Amino acid sequence: MENAAIIGIGMTKIEANKVRETFADMVWEAVNKALNDAQMTINDIDNIITTSNDFWDGRTISCMAVGDASGARNKNVSCVEGDGTFGAFYGLTRVLSGSYGTTLVTAHSKGSESISSLITNAAFDPIYDRSLGMDMITACAMQATAYMYRTGTTSKQIAQVSVKNHGNAKNNPMSQLPMDITVEDVLNSEMISDPLHKLDCSPVSDGCCAIIIANKDRALKYNDKPVWIKGVSFCSDSYFLGDRDLSKAASLTKATNAAYKMAGINNPKDEIQVAELYDAFTYQELMWLEAMGLCDDGKGSELLENKYFDIGGKLPVNPSGGLLSGHPVIAAGLIRIAEIVKQLRGEAGKYQVHGAKLGVAQGVNGLAGQSHCVWVLGKEK
Amino acid sequence: MTDIFKDIEPMVYKSQINVPYSWWAGKTASKFFTELKENKKIMGTKCDKCSKVYVPPRKICPFCFKENQAWVELSDEGILLSYTIVRKQLASLPKKVPVIYGLIKLDGADTGLLHFIDEVLPKDIKIGMRLKACFLEERAGKIQDIGYFKPIN
Ligand SMILES: [Zn+2]
Repeated sequence: MENAAIIGIGMTKIEANKVRETFADMVWEAVNKALNDAQMTINDIDNIITTSNDFWDGRTISCMAVGDASGARNKNVSCVEGDGTFGAFYGLTRVLSGSYGTTLVTAHSKGSESISSLITNAAFDPIYDRSLGMDMITACAMQATAYMYRTGTTSKQIAQVSVKNHGNAKNNPMSQLPMDITVEDVLNSEMISDPLHKLDCSPVSDGCCAIIIANKDRALKYNDKPVWIKGVSFCSDSYFLGDRDLSKAASLTKATNAAYKMAGINNPKDEIQVAELYDAFTYQELMWLEAMGLCDDGKGSELLENKYFDIGGKLPVNPSGGLLSGHPVIAAGLIRIAEIVKQLRGEAGKYQVHGAKLGVAQGVNGLAGQSHCVWVLGKEK
Repeated sequence: MTDIFKDIEPMVYKSQINVPYSWWAGKTASKFFTELKENKKIMGTKCDKCSKVYVPPRKICPFCFKENQAWVELSDEGILLSYTIVRKQLASLPKKVPVIYGLIKLDGADTGLLHFIDEVLPKDIKIGMRLKACFLEERAGKIQDIGYFKPIN
Protein backbone atom coordinates (compact mmCIF):
# COMPACT_ATOMS: atom_id res chain seq x y z
CA MET A 1 0.00 0.00 0.00
CA GLU A 2 1.52 3.32 -1.03
CA ASN A 3 -1.45 5.57 -1.31
CA ALA A 4 -1.38 7.63 1.86
CA ALA A 5 1.05 9.23 4.27
CA ILE A 6 1.16 10.84 7.68
CA ILE A 7 2.30 14.41 7.09
CA GLY A 8 1.75 16.07 10.45
CA ILE A 9 1.92 15.11 14.12
CA GLY A 10 1.32 17.02 17.33
CA MET A 11 1.04 16.03 20.95
CA THR A 12 0.77 17.55 24.37
CA LYS A 13 3.10 16.62 27.18
CA ILE A 14 1.71 13.62 29.02
CA GLU A 15 0.99 14.57 32.63
CA ALA A 16 -0.60 13.06 35.71
CA ASN A 17 -3.02 15.94 36.07
CA LYS A 18 -3.51 18.77 33.59
CA VAL A 19 -5.72 20.50 36.09
CA ARG A 20 -5.60 23.82 34.26
CA GLU A 21 -6.45 22.38 30.84
CA THR A 22 -9.83 21.36 29.42
CA PHE A 23 -10.26 18.69 26.73
CA ALA A 24 -10.49 21.52 24.19
CA ASP A 25 -7.27 23.14 25.49
CA MET A 26 -5.37 19.91 24.96
CA VAL A 27 -6.87 19.35 21.50
CA TRP A 28 -6.15 22.95 20.49
CA GLU A 29 -2.50 22.52 21.42
CA ALA A 30 -2.07 19.17 19.64
CA VAL A 31 -3.97 20.22 16.50
CA ASN A 32 -2.00 23.45 16.07
CA LYS A 33 1.26 21.59 16.58
CA ALA A 34 0.22 19.07 13.91
CA LEU A 35 -0.80 21.82 11.47
CA ASN A 36 2.49 23.67 12.03
CA ASP A 37 4.40 20.44 11.64
CA ALA A 38 2.69 19.77 8.31
CA GLN A 39 2.99 23.44 7.29
CA MET A 40 -0.75 23.56 6.71
CA THR A 41 -3.64 25.69 7.88
CA ILE A 42 -7.00 24.37 9.04
CA ASN A 43 -8.32 25.28 5.58
CA ASP A 44 -6.16 22.53 4.12
CA ILE A 45 -7.98 19.92 6.22
CA ASP A 46 -10.75 18.21 4.26
CA ASN A 47 -12.34 16.20 7.07
CA ILE A 48 -11.87 15.40 10.73
CA ILE A 49 -12.04 12.36 13.01
CA THR A 50 -12.05 12.96 16.75
CA THR A 51 -11.47 10.01 19.07
CA SER A 52 -12.80 9.96 22.62
CA ASN A 53 -14.84 7.92 25.04
CA ASP A 54 -18.07 9.13 26.63
CA PHE A 55 -17.43 7.29 29.89
CA TRP A 56 -13.94 8.70 30.31
CA ASP A 57 -15.11 12.20 29.39
CA GLY A 58 -18.28 11.97 31.50
CA ARG A 59 -20.56 13.27 28.78
CA THR A 60 -22.48 11.78 25.90
CA ILE A 61 -21.36 12.72 22.40
CA SER A 62 -17.98 13.52 23.96
CA CYS A 63 -16.55 14.55 20.58
CA MET A 64 -18.65 17.71 20.74
CA ALA A 65 -16.38 19.08 23.47
CA VAL A 66 -13.51 19.27 21.01
CA GLY A 67 -15.26 20.18 17.75
CA ASP A 68 -14.27 23.84 17.82
CA ALA A 69 -10.70 23.11 18.88
CA SER A 70 -10.26 20.64 16.02
CA GLY A 71 -11.67 23.03 13.43
CA ALA A 72 -14.65 20.81 12.72
CA ARG A 73 -17.29 23.46 12.13
CA ASN A 74 -18.62 23.36 8.60
CA LYS A 75 -16.69 20.18 7.83
CA ASN A 76 -17.45 16.48 7.73
CA VAL A 77 -16.52 15.35 11.23
CA SER A 78 -17.04 11.93 12.71
CA CYS A 79 -16.19 10.51 16.11
CA VAL A 80 -14.61 7.17 16.92
CA GLU A 81 -15.03 5.72 20.40
CA GLY A 82 -11.92 3.79 21.33
CA ASP A 83 -8.18 3.94 20.93
CA GLY A 84 -6.67 6.58 18.63
CA THR A 85 -5.25 3.96 16.24
CA PHE A 86 -8.83 2.98 15.42
CA GLY A 87 -9.76 6.63 14.83
CA ALA A 88 -6.75 6.93 12.55
CA PHE A 89 -7.84 3.79 10.70
CA TYR A 90 -11.20 5.41 10.00
CA GLY A 91 -9.45 8.63 8.96
CA LEU A 92 -7.22 6.69 6.57
CA THR A 93 -10.17 4.92 4.92
CA ARG A 94 -11.79 8.30 4.29
CA VAL A 95 -8.65 9.46 2.47
CA LEU A 96 -8.42 6.20 0.53
CA SER A 97 -12.08 6.49 -0.49
CA GLY A 98 -11.09 9.37 -2.72
CA SER A 99 -13.63 11.70 -1.16
CA TYR A 100 -11.05 13.57 0.94
CA GLY A 101 -7.44 14.50 0.31
CA THR A 102 -6.57 15.06 3.97
CA THR A 103 -7.90 13.90 7.35
CA LEU A 104 -7.09 15.39 10.74
CA VAL A 105 -7.33 12.78 13.52
CA THR A 106 -7.38 13.74 17.20
CA ALA A 107 -7.53 11.60 20.34
CA HIS A 108 -7.74 12.80 23.93
CA SER A 109 -8.55 11.81 27.49
CA LYS A 110 -8.00 12.97 31.05
CA GLY A 111 -7.71 10.01 33.37
CA SER A 112 -7.20 12.41 36.26
CA GLU A 113 -10.77 13.64 36.17
CA SER A 114 -12.54 10.38 37.00
CA ILE A 115 -11.95 6.93 38.50
CA SER A 116 -10.47 4.48 36.01
CA SER A 117 -11.42 1.40 38.00
CA LEU A 118 -15.13 2.29 37.82
CA ILE A 119 -14.94 3.19 34.15
CA THR A 120 -13.19 0.03 33.05
CA ASN A 121 -15.48 -2.06 35.27
CA ALA A 122 -18.31 -0.78 33.04
CA ALA A 123 -16.67 -2.55 30.09
CA PHE A 124 -17.79 -5.87 31.57
CA ASP A 125 -21.12 -7.39 30.59
CA PRO A 126 -23.80 -5.82 32.80
CA ILE A 127 -25.97 -8.94 32.93
CA TYR A 128 -23.38 -11.60 33.65
CA ASP A 129 -20.21 -10.28 35.21
CA ARG A 130 -19.94 -6.52 35.76
CA SER A 131 -21.27 -6.86 39.33
CA LEU A 132 -18.38 -9.15 40.27
CA GLY A 133 -16.30 -5.96 40.34
CA MET A 134 -13.41 -6.65 38.01
CA ASP A 135 -11.76 -3.80 36.10
CA MET A 136 -8.95 -3.37 33.54
CA ILE A 137 -6.19 -3.98 36.06
CA THR A 138 -7.68 -7.17 37.49
CA ALA A 139 -8.58 -8.50 34.02
CA CYS A 140 -5.05 -7.87 32.81
CA ALA A 141 -3.60 -9.37 36.01
CA MET A 142 -5.54 -12.53 35.20
CA GLN A 143 -4.14 -12.42 31.68
CA ALA A 144 -0.62 -11.93 33.05
CA THR A 145 -1.05 -15.02 35.25
CA ALA A 146 -2.14 -17.05 32.21
CA TYR A 147 0.65 -15.73 29.96
CA MET A 148 3.39 -16.22 32.55
CA TYR A 149 2.16 -19.73 33.35
CA ARG A 150 2.13 -20.77 29.69
CA THR A 151 5.50 -19.27 28.78
CA GLY A 152 7.35 -19.62 32.08
CA THR A 153 8.04 -15.89 32.15
CA THR A 154 8.78 -14.65 35.69
CA SER A 155 7.87 -11.51 37.67
CA LYS A 156 11.52 -10.55 37.65
CA GLN A 157 11.59 -10.74 33.86
CA ILE A 158 8.47 -8.66 33.24
CA ALA A 159 9.82 -6.10 35.71
CA GLN A 160 12.64 -5.42 33.26
CA VAL A 161 10.14 -3.95 30.80
CA SER A 162 9.36 -1.31 33.43
CA VAL A 163 13.05 -0.64 34.03
CA LYS A 164 13.72 -0.26 30.29
CA ASN A 165 10.71 1.91 29.47
CA HIS A 166 10.97 4.28 32.44
CA GLY A 167 14.66 4.58 31.57
CA ASN A 168 13.90 5.38 27.93
CA ALA A 169 11.46 8.06 29.09
CA LYS A 170 14.37 10.03 30.56
CA ASN A 171 15.19 11.07 27.01
CA ASN A 172 11.61 12.02 26.11
CA PRO A 173 10.56 15.50 27.30
CA MET A 174 6.87 14.69 26.62
CA SER A 175 6.85 11.75 28.99
CA GLN A 176 5.20 11.74 32.42
CA LEU A 177 7.35 9.29 34.36
CA PRO A 178 11.03 9.23 33.44
CA MET A 179 12.66 7.14 36.15
CA ASP A 180 15.86 5.39 37.07
CA ILE A 181 14.59 2.21 38.65
CA THR A 182 15.79 -1.33 39.20
CA VAL A 183 14.07 -4.70 38.97
CA GLU A 184 14.06 -4.73 42.79
CA ASP A 185 12.19 -1.40 42.84
CA VAL A 186 9.48 -2.93 40.66
CA LEU A 187 9.25 -6.10 42.74
CA ASN A 188 9.17 -4.06 45.98
CA SER A 189 6.46 -1.70 44.76
CA GLU A 190 2.93 -2.23 46.06
CA MET A 191 1.27 -5.44 44.84
CA ILE A 192 -1.91 -4.27 43.13
CA SER A 193 -3.29 -7.55 41.84
CA ASP A 194 -1.06 -10.63 41.54
CA PRO A 195 1.23 -10.78 39.63
CA LEU A 196 1.15 -7.05 38.84
CA HIS A 197 3.01 -4.62 41.09
CA LYS A 198 2.40 -0.90 40.92
CA LEU A 199 5.44 -0.45 38.68
CA ASP A 200 4.14 -3.17 36.34
CA CYS A 201 1.15 -0.90 35.64
CA SER A 202 0.94 2.25 33.54
CA PRO A 203 -0.05 5.42 35.41
CA VAL A 204 -3.23 7.46 35.17
CA SER A 205 -2.53 10.25 32.69
CA ASP A 206 -3.88 13.23 30.76
CA GLY A 207 -2.93 14.00 27.18
CA CYS A 208 -3.84 14.47 23.56
CA CYS A 209 -2.38 13.62 20.18
CA ALA A 210 -3.25 14.72 16.64
CA ILE A 211 -2.05 13.46 13.27
CA ILE A 212 -2.75 14.49 9.68
CA ILE A 213 -3.15 11.85 6.98
CA ALA A 214 -2.97 12.78 3.27
CA ASN A 215 -3.44 10.92 0.02
CA LYS A 216 -0.46 10.60 -2.32
CA ASP A 217 -1.35 13.69 -4.33
CA ARG A 218 -1.47 15.91 -1.26
CA ALA A 219 1.28 14.18 0.74
CA LEU A 220 4.11 16.17 -0.82
CA LYS A 221 2.28 19.44 -1.19
CA TYR A 222 2.96 20.96 2.24
CA ASN A 223 6.19 19.65 3.70
CA ASP A 224 8.84 17.27 2.48
CA LYS A 225 8.78 14.64 5.22
CA PRO A 226 5.82 12.35 4.65
CA VAL A 227 5.88 9.01 6.43
CA TRP A 228 4.16 6.42 4.27
CA ILE A 229 1.47 4.09 5.52
CA LYS A 230 2.69 0.73 4.24
CA GLY A 231 0.26 -1.63 5.91
CA VAL A 232 -2.57 -1.37 8.42
CA SER A 233 -5.11 -3.77 9.83
CA PHE A 234 -7.26 -4.37 12.85
CA CYS A 235 -8.88 -7.43 14.29
CA SER A 236 -11.08 -8.20 17.27
CA ASP A 237 -11.24 -11.31 19.43
CA SER A 238 -14.34 -12.59 21.29
CA TYR A 239 -15.71 -10.21 23.86
CA PHE A 240 -15.97 -12.52 26.89
CA LEU A 241 -12.62 -13.18 28.58
CA GLY A 242 -13.58 -16.83 29.09
CA ASP A 243 -14.11 -17.38 25.37
CA ARG A 244 -10.46 -16.59 24.61
CA ASP A 245 -7.16 -18.24 25.38
CA LEU A 246 -6.14 -15.31 27.59
CA SER A 247 -2.49 -16.29 27.42
CA LYS A 248 -2.36 -15.51 23.69
CA ALA A 249 -3.33 -12.52 21.56
CA ALA A 250 -4.82 -14.31 18.56
CA SER A 251 -6.48 -11.19 17.17
CA LEU A 252 -3.18 -9.30 17.31
CA THR A 253 -1.45 -12.04 15.35
CA LYS A 254 -4.17 -11.90 12.73
CA ALA A 255 -4.10 -8.09 12.47
CA THR A 256 -0.32 -8.04 12.32
CA ASN A 257 -0.05 -10.68 9.61
CA ALA A 258 -2.54 -8.76 7.46
CA ALA A 259 -0.60 -5.51 7.97
CA TYR A 260 2.73 -7.18 7.16
CA LYS A 261 1.26 -8.72 4.03
CA MET A 262 -0.04 -5.35 2.87
CA ALA A 263 3.39 -3.85 3.53
CA GLY A 264 5.19 -6.68 1.71
CA ILE A 265 7.03 -7.75 4.85
CA ASN A 266 8.07 -11.39 4.84
CA ASN A 267 10.48 -11.44 7.75
CA PRO A 268 9.39 -8.91 10.38
CA LYS A 269 12.23 -9.79 12.79
CA ASP A 270 14.77 -8.58 10.25
CA GLU A 271 12.84 -5.90 8.42
CA ILE A 272 11.30 -3.84 11.24
CA GLN A 273 13.71 -1.54 13.03
CA VAL A 274 11.57 0.11 15.68
CA ALA A 275 8.31 -0.67 17.49
CA GLU A 276 5.99 1.39 19.68
CA LEU A 277 3.61 -1.03 21.39
CA TYR A 278 0.70 -0.73 23.80
CA ASP A 279 2.52 -1.52 27.06
CA ALA A 280 -0.30 -0.72 29.46
CA PHE A 281 1.27 -3.39 31.70
CA THR A 282 4.81 -4.80 31.63
CA TYR A 283 3.88 -8.34 30.57
CA GLN A 284 1.91 -6.93 27.61
CA GLU A 285 4.99 -5.63 25.84
CA LEU A 286 6.42 -9.15 25.74
CA MET A 287 3.09 -10.77 24.92
CA TRP A 288 2.40 -8.36 22.05
CA LEU A 289 5.94 -8.71 20.66
CA GLU A 290 5.52 -12.46 20.54
CA ALA A 291 2.04 -12.29 19.01
CA MET A 292 3.38 -9.91 16.36
CA GLY A 293 6.11 -12.30 15.30
CA LEU A 294 8.81 -9.82 16.36
CA CYS A 295 10.31 -12.57 18.49
CA ASP A 296 9.60 -16.26 19.06
CA ASP A 297 6.71 -17.25 21.30
CA GLY A 298 7.76 -17.26 24.96
CA LYS A 299 11.22 -15.89 24.15
CA GLY A 300 10.56 -12.18 24.70
CA SER A 301 11.86 -12.16 28.27
CA GLU A 302 15.15 -13.77 27.27
CA LEU A 303 15.78 -11.26 24.48
CA LEU A 304 14.81 -8.43 26.84
CA GLU A 305 17.45 -9.58 29.32
CA ASN A 306 19.99 -9.52 26.48
CA LYS A 307 19.10 -5.87 25.72
CA TYR A 308 17.65 -6.82 22.33
CA PHE A 309 14.76 -4.34 22.82
CA ASP A 310 16.89 -1.46 24.17
CA ILE A 311 17.64 1.64 22.13
CA GLY A 312 20.75 0.41 20.39
CA GLY A 313 19.53 -3.21 20.45
CA LYS A 314 18.39 -5.19 17.41
CA LEU A 315 14.77 -4.10 17.77
CA PRO A 316 14.23 -1.07 20.03
CA VAL A 317 10.75 -1.28 21.58
CA ASN A 318 9.08 1.77 23.07
CA PRO A 319 12.15 4.01 22.84
CA SER A 320 9.82 6.88 23.82
CA GLY A 321 9.21 5.28 27.21
CA GLY A 322 5.89 3.73 26.21
CA LEU A 323 2.67 3.81 28.16
CA LEU A 324 4.35 2.67 31.36
CA SER A 325 5.82 6.17 31.37
CA GLY A 326 2.50 7.92 30.58
CA HIS A 327 -0.84 6.47 29.51
CA PRO A 328 -3.53 8.87 28.38
CA VAL A 329 -6.18 6.33 27.34
CA ILE A 330 -7.58 6.88 23.79
CA ALA A 331 -4.64 9.13 22.84
CA ALA A 332 -2.29 6.26 23.74
CA GLY A 333 -2.29 4.42 20.39
CA LEU A 334 -2.20 7.61 18.34
CA ILE A 335 0.89 8.62 20.31
CA ARG A 336 2.46 5.26 19.32
CA ILE A 337 1.89 6.19 15.66
CA ALA A 338 3.28 9.71 16.17
CA GLU A 339 6.36 8.30 17.91
CA ILE A 340 7.09 6.01 14.96
CA VAL A 341 6.68 9.01 12.63
CA LYS A 342 9.30 10.88 14.70
CA GLN A 343 11.67 7.91 14.52
CA LEU A 344 11.34 7.52 10.76
CA ARG A 345 11.89 11.23 10.19
CA GLY A 346 14.94 11.17 12.44
CA GLU A 347 13.30 13.67 14.81
CA ALA A 348 13.26 11.60 18.00
CA GLY A 349 16.17 13.51 19.54
CA LYS A 350 17.91 11.68 22.37
CA TYR A 351 15.83 8.53 21.91
CA GLN A 352 16.39 8.32 18.16
CA VAL A 353 16.85 4.81 16.76
CA HIS A 354 19.57 5.36 14.21
CA GLY A 355 18.76 4.50 10.63
CA ALA A 356 15.14 3.45 11.28
CA LYS A 357 13.33 3.10 7.96
CA LEU A 358 10.45 0.79 8.81
CA GLY A 359 8.52 0.82 12.07
CA VAL A 360 5.40 -0.61 13.60
CA ALA A 361 2.83 0.97 15.95
CA GLN A 362 0.06 -0.83 17.80
CA GLY A 363 -3.14 0.22 19.55
CA VAL A 364 -5.50 -1.75 21.76
CA ASN A 365 -9.20 -1.58 22.53
CA GLY A 366 -11.18 -3.55 25.06
CA LEU A 367 -10.41 -5.66 28.10
CA ALA A 368 -7.09 -7.53 28.17
CA GLY A 369 -6.36 -6.80 24.52
CA GLN A 370 -9.62 -7.80 22.86
CA SER A 371 -8.96 -5.73 19.70
CA HIS A 372 -5.72 -4.62 18.12
CA CYS A 373 -4.90 -2.11 15.38
CA VAL A 374 -1.48 -2.42 13.74
CA TRP A 375 0.28 0.20 11.59
CA VAL A 376 3.40 -0.45 9.53
CA LEU A 377 5.00 2.86 8.59
CA GLY A 378 7.89 3.52 6.25
CA LYS A 379 10.30 6.34 5.52
CA GLU A 380 10.37 5.40 1.87
CA LYS A 381 7.49 5.11 -0.51
CA MET B 1 3.17 36.40 29.32
CA THR B 2 2.41 36.30 33.04
CA ASP B 3 0.29 33.43 34.25
CA ILE B 4 -2.57 35.14 36.07
CA PHE B 5 -3.70 31.77 37.48
CA LYS B 6 -0.29 30.95 38.91
CA ASP B 7 -1.13 31.32 42.59
CA ILE B 8 -4.82 30.67 42.31
CA GLU B 9 -6.48 27.39 43.21
CA PRO B 10 -7.78 25.87 39.95
CA MET B 11 -11.55 25.95 39.59
CA VAL B 12 -12.65 22.33 39.46
CA TYR B 13 -16.26 21.52 38.74
CA LYS B 14 -17.44 18.40 40.55
CA SER B 15 -20.26 16.35 39.10
CA GLN B 16 -21.37 12.79 38.45
CA ILE B 17 -23.53 10.77 36.11
CA ASN B 18 -26.06 8.65 37.93
CA VAL B 19 -28.59 7.04 35.64
CA PRO B 20 -30.53 3.92 36.60
CA TYR B 21 -30.98 1.27 33.90
CA SER B 22 -33.39 -1.67 33.67
CA TRP B 23 -31.95 -4.06 31.13
CA TRP B 24 -34.04 -6.96 29.83
CA ALA B 25 -31.65 -9.82 30.53
CA GLY B 26 -32.68 -11.61 27.34
CA LYS B 27 -34.14 -15.11 26.97
CA THR B 28 -30.78 -16.86 27.22
CA ALA B 29 -29.58 -15.15 30.42
CA SER B 30 -33.08 -15.38 31.92
CA LYS B 31 -33.03 -19.16 31.63
CA PHE B 32 -29.50 -19.30 33.06
CA PHE B 33 -30.45 -17.19 36.08
CA THR B 34 -33.76 -18.98 36.62
CA GLU B 35 -31.98 -22.36 36.75
CA LEU B 36 -29.39 -20.98 39.18
CA LYS B 37 -32.10 -19.66 41.45
CA GLU B 38 -34.70 -22.44 41.30
CA ASN B 39 -32.56 -25.56 40.86
CA LYS B 40 -28.95 -24.67 41.69
CA LYS B 41 -28.09 -25.77 38.17
CA ILE B 42 -25.49 -24.17 35.91
CA MET B 43 -26.70 -24.25 32.33
CA GLY B 44 -24.72 -23.63 29.15
CA THR B 45 -25.63 -23.34 25.50
CA LYS B 46 -24.16 -25.49 22.74
CA CYS B 47 -23.33 -24.28 19.24
CA ASP B 48 -25.26 -26.10 16.52
CA LYS B 49 -22.21 -26.15 14.31
CA CYS B 50 -18.98 -26.49 16.32
CA SER B 51 -20.60 -28.05 19.42
CA LYS B 52 -18.74 -25.65 21.74
CA VAL B 53 -20.53 -25.29 25.06
CA TYR B 54 -20.73 -21.72 26.37
CA VAL B 55 -21.07 -20.65 29.96
CA PRO B 56 -22.26 -18.07 30.73
CA PRO B 57 -24.62 -19.07 27.95
CA ARG B 58 -24.77 -17.07 24.75
CA LYS B 59 -27.36 -17.04 22.04
CA ILE B 60 -24.78 -16.81 19.26
CA CYS B 61 -21.47 -18.64 18.81
CA PRO B 62 -18.78 -16.00 18.19
CA PHE B 63 -16.70 -18.55 16.28
CA CYS B 64 -19.35 -19.82 13.88
CA PHE B 65 -21.88 -17.00 13.64
CA LYS B 66 -24.55 -19.62 14.34
CA GLU B 67 -27.24 -19.80 16.99
CA ASN B 68 -26.61 -21.91 20.03
CA GLN B 69 -29.93 -23.76 20.18
CA ALA B 70 -29.31 -26.57 22.63
CA TRP B 71 -29.13 -26.26 26.40
CA VAL B 72 -26.66 -28.36 28.35
CA GLU B 73 -26.52 -28.87 32.11
CA LEU B 74 -22.97 -28.46 33.38
CA SER B 75 -21.21 -29.82 36.38
CA ASP B 76 -20.78 -27.46 39.34
CA GLU B 77 -17.12 -28.47 39.34
CA GLY B 78 -14.30 -27.53 37.03
CA ILE B 79 -10.69 -26.45 36.70
CA LEU B 80 -9.02 -23.09 37.20
CA LEU B 81 -7.78 -21.55 33.92
CA SER B 82 -6.32 -18.41 35.46
CA TYR B 83 -6.69 -16.15 38.48
CA THR B 84 -5.61 -12.99 40.24
CA ILE B 85 -5.48 -12.04 43.88
CA VAL B 86 -6.44 -8.40 44.27
CA ARG B 87 -4.49 -6.70 47.07
CA LYS B 88 -5.33 -3.03 46.54
CA GLN B 89 -8.81 -1.79 47.37
CA LEU B 90 -9.72 -0.77 43.80
CA ALA B 91 -12.88 1.29 43.44
CA SER B 92 -14.77 -1.37 41.49
CA LEU B 93 -14.39 -4.09 44.14
CA PRO B 94 -17.62 -5.07 45.91
CA LYS B 95 -15.83 -6.36 49.02
CA LYS B 96 -12.70 -5.97 51.09
CA VAL B 97 -9.33 -7.19 49.79
CA PRO B 98 -7.86 -9.66 49.33
CA VAL B 99 -10.37 -10.59 46.64
CA ILE B 100 -9.60 -13.59 44.43
CA TYR B 101 -10.98 -13.78 40.91
CA GLY B 102 -10.81 -16.95 38.85
CA LEU B 103 -11.62 -18.01 35.34
CA ILE B 104 -13.16 -21.44 35.79
CA LYS B 105 -13.78 -24.03 33.08
CA LEU B 106 -16.62 -26.21 34.32
CA ASP B 107 -16.66 -29.87 33.38
CA GLY B 108 -18.62 -30.09 30.14
CA ALA B 109 -17.98 -26.46 29.14
CA ASP B 110 -15.57 -25.12 26.51
CA THR B 111 -15.28 -21.59 27.90
CA GLY B 112 -14.29 -20.03 31.19
CA LEU B 113 -16.66 -18.50 33.74
CA LEU B 114 -15.48 -15.50 35.79
CA HIS B 115 -16.16 -15.73 39.50
CA PHE B 116 -14.82 -15.33 43.02
CA ILE B 117 -12.63 -17.98 44.61
CA ASP B 118 -12.67 -18.39 48.38
CA GLU B 119 -11.89 -20.82 51.22
CA VAL B 120 -8.31 -21.01 49.99
CA LEU B 121 -5.02 -19.45 50.98
CA PRO B 122 -3.50 -17.30 48.23
CA LYS B 123 -0.33 -19.43 48.26
CA ASP B 124 -2.32 -22.59 47.54
CA ILE B 125 -3.98 -21.30 44.37
CA LYS B 126 -2.71 -23.00 41.23
CA ILE B 127 -3.75 -23.00 37.61
CA GLY B 128 -5.36 -26.35 36.90
CA MET B 129 -6.68 -26.90 40.44
CA ARG B 130 -10.20 -28.29 40.79
CA LEU B 131 -12.94 -26.06 42.14
CA LYS B 132 -16.58 -26.41 43.11
CA ALA B 133 -19.40 -23.87 43.08
CA CYS B 134 -20.86 -22.90 46.45
CA PHE B 135 -24.48 -21.83 46.09
CA LEU B 136 -26.11 -19.39 48.47
CA GLU B 137 -29.12 -20.52 50.48
CA GLU B 138 -31.02 -17.36 49.54
CA ARG B 139 -30.88 -16.95 45.76
CA ALA B 140 -32.15 -14.06 43.69
CA GLY B 141 -31.47 -15.07 40.09
CA LYS B 142 -28.07 -13.40 39.78
CA ILE B 143 -24.50 -14.48 39.10
CA GLN B 144 -23.93 -14.07 42.86
CA ASP B 145 -26.36 -16.94 43.54
CA ILE B 146 -23.07 -18.79 43.35
CA GLY B 147 -21.28 -17.17 46.29
CA TYR B 148 -17.86 -18.33 45.12
CA PHE B 149 -15.90 -21.38 44.00
CA LYS B 150 -13.79 -23.35 46.49
CA PRO B 151 -11.08 -25.97 46.05
CA ILE B 152 -11.92 -29.68 46.05
CA ASN B 153 -9.51 -32.54 46.29
ZN1 LIG C 1 -19.73 -22.58 16.94
